[in-house]
Amino acid sequence: MSGREAILGKLRAAASVSTDDAARREAVEKRLAKTPRGLIPARGQVDGEERVALFCRMAEAVTATVERVKKSDDVPKAVTHYLRSKNLAPSVRMGDDRRLKRMDWASQKSLEVKLGRADPADEVGVSHAFAAVAETGTVALPSGKDNPTTVNFVPDHHIIVIDAKDIAGDLETVISRLRRKYGRGDMPRLLNLITGPSRSGDIEQTMLLGAHGPRALHLIVVDG
Amino acid sequence: MEIQSPQFKQKARKAIADEQLQRAMGKAKIGFVGKRKKAVDALPEFEDLRSSARAIKDHTLEHLDLYLEAYERKVIASGGQVHWAETAEDARQAVLSICRAAGARTVTKGKSMITEEIALNDFLEKEGVRPVETDLGEYIIQLRGEHPSHIIGPALHLNKEQVEEDFRRVHTELPAGRDLSQPESLLGEARHILRPQYFQADVGITGANFLVAETGTSIIVTNEGNGDLTQTLPRVHIVVASIEKVVPTLEDASQILRVLARSATGQDMSVYTTLSTGPRRPDDPDGPDEYHVILLDNGRSSMLGTEFHEMLRCIRCGACMNHCPVYHAVGGHAYGWVYPGPMGSVLTPSLVGVDKAGHLPNASTFCGRCESVCPMQIPLPRMMRHWREREFERGLNPATQRFGLGFWAFFARRPGLYRLATSMAIPALSGLAGRRRWFRSLPFAGGWTRHRDLPAPESRTFMQQWRDRETAKQEGGAS
Repeated sequence: MSGREAILGKLRAAASVSTDDAARREAVEKRLAKTPRGLIPARGQVDGEERVALFCRMAEAVTATVERVKKSDDVPKAVTHYLRSKNLAPSVRMGDDRRLKRMDWASQKSLEVKLGRADPADEVGVSHAFAAVAETGTVALPSGKDNPTTVNFVPDHHIIVIDAKDIAGDLETVISRLRRKYGRGDMPRLLNLITGPSRSGDIEQTMLLGAHGPRALHLIVVDG
Repeated sequence: MEIQSPQFKQKARKAIADEQLQRAMGKAKIGFVGKRKKAVDALPEFEDLRSSARAIKDHTLEHLDLYLEAYERKVIASGGQVHWAETAEDARQAVLSICRAAGARTVTKGKSMITEEIALNDFLEKEGVRPVETDLGEYIIQLRGEHPSHIIGPALHLNKEQVEEDFRRVHTELPAGRDLSQPESLLGEARHILRPQYFQADVGITGANFLVAETGTSIIVTNEGNGDLTQTLPRVHIVVASIEKVVPTLEDASQILRVLARSATGQDMSVYTTLSTGPRRPDDPDGPDEYHVILLDNGRSSMLGTEFHEMLRCIRCGACMNHCPVYHAVGGHAYGWVYPGPMGSVLTPSLVGVDKAGHLPNASTFCGRCESVCPMQIPLPRMMRHWREREFERGLNPATQRFGLGFWAFFARRPGLYRLATSMAIPALSGLAGRRRWFRSLPFAGGWTRHRDLPAPESRTFMQQWRDRETAKQEGGAS
């Protein structure tokens, strides 16, 4: 603990010998308790269909592909269709997610659905989003048994199902929902905020898709 | 890494004559600037967000001890461990003991400037632990035995033909006749080679863009996904972060994220923003069993409350170097240590001493572009000037420069004498220049005229011209 005391001692000496410590503590506690929202850009502050359309537009701008379906029962068919259009084997990997589980995957003859963490042989991962952000076309995926992190990063193709009602205008709204679900000051082990498929600009600043994560990101927005 | 900043002048001269480097830098200076501008122009609130982001960091720095304590409490509560490291050596030892306890032979690494700062790779290698860089740019320069030339684009100084050469030299198990002429094929090959490494590694090391005091969360912001594979697949995840990375709340991180990617790459949001809190939970199907954070000071606490205090707001976006004419001309390696460009010219003397890095704050035209694009509104030129002052006070700059400044100061403090001297020198110079109005060479000014002409002065001094204009105005007004 000597390093700890030495660093904190130096910080205290530099920052605040003159100011009252109780006042400083109070300022910190207040900020951590109140979590002020700061400045929210106007872009995402739209409602209803306009917000869903903005999300789709922003996601497409970062080269995700977006498809809208009427109800959650349409999702398995949309997934099969995506696999066929990309010439992929009829097999997907997903977590133990109750919303995905309620869907009628058996209707898709010959589609293999594997549950649990992804392994290197998996070509396609399917996740259900916790929420999404219209302002930037971002999707929020907390980790857990419903969504193993490996599903988000190991397969070449990542399909994410998003309920239109879960699309928020801004990230701050998603943060508030996380607090409601996980408790104030607590978080899931991992929260992935994903904005488009993996890319790299490290060779001559040419942005190329498919660096180490998925080469393609397909979003299925469920309206109903 | 070894500090080569004292050789800045020699390295800069070499860099300017290096054709490969100049070709790469030519591409670099166009790309970043245009992309940032487009992203900034598309967000009307950008300027206000800069002020908001700055205020968050100012508040945090005022209460840094308390936020670090709060952060530590939350990390421990979520099952993680915090290791405080006063020096680079402390941090290296902390990493090593975690690796030893895990019986690690291979570690994968996400991109991290802090691990460059503490020279972690060389150290681990000497201790028998093999570090594998997984960010494409970092991987390329690791193959070349180089260091990053840019804080967000480590291989910015290279052209694709050079990368192809390295891949052919190292990946000898692949067919010799394969086509690597396109960047796509180079990226595909790196992906193919690195994939198994993630699964084999015992420990994954990442940096952090933010540490969140409210929740004990560390955040990495990346585009490739390598950082995520690095921290998800091995059994142990180590985060190496410096103390000024802490912010109070998730909302504060969100606020700064809005200026970070736009300033860096011109993206609204990077592809992967990943928030990690502690190790694997009981019903998690994957993720690391151990989560360690190494909190590094390494000289930062000594900057707090000094004229370099504001540098601690830096979020390492790289906008200052992307807009710097000196960086464009010489590239990042000339700066001789981990941090190049304007932010490096301020930070390097703070961390390694102005006696070693004195050339860096002098390598500036003071054009002010860096400050104007800095998302955290850091007054970089002013701080470089402070370093020049300190350098002068400590007598570190060369005798000729000190003599010249002393000579000028003698006249500057005696306005009558100054005017007399200039009123004689200016017409003389003007006469010497003749009708061309340019000097090709001039005694004592070889450093300038060797590379460019010097415009000849007007035949009258500024003071004389001003007096004439004022007189003319008054006469005009009277009539």
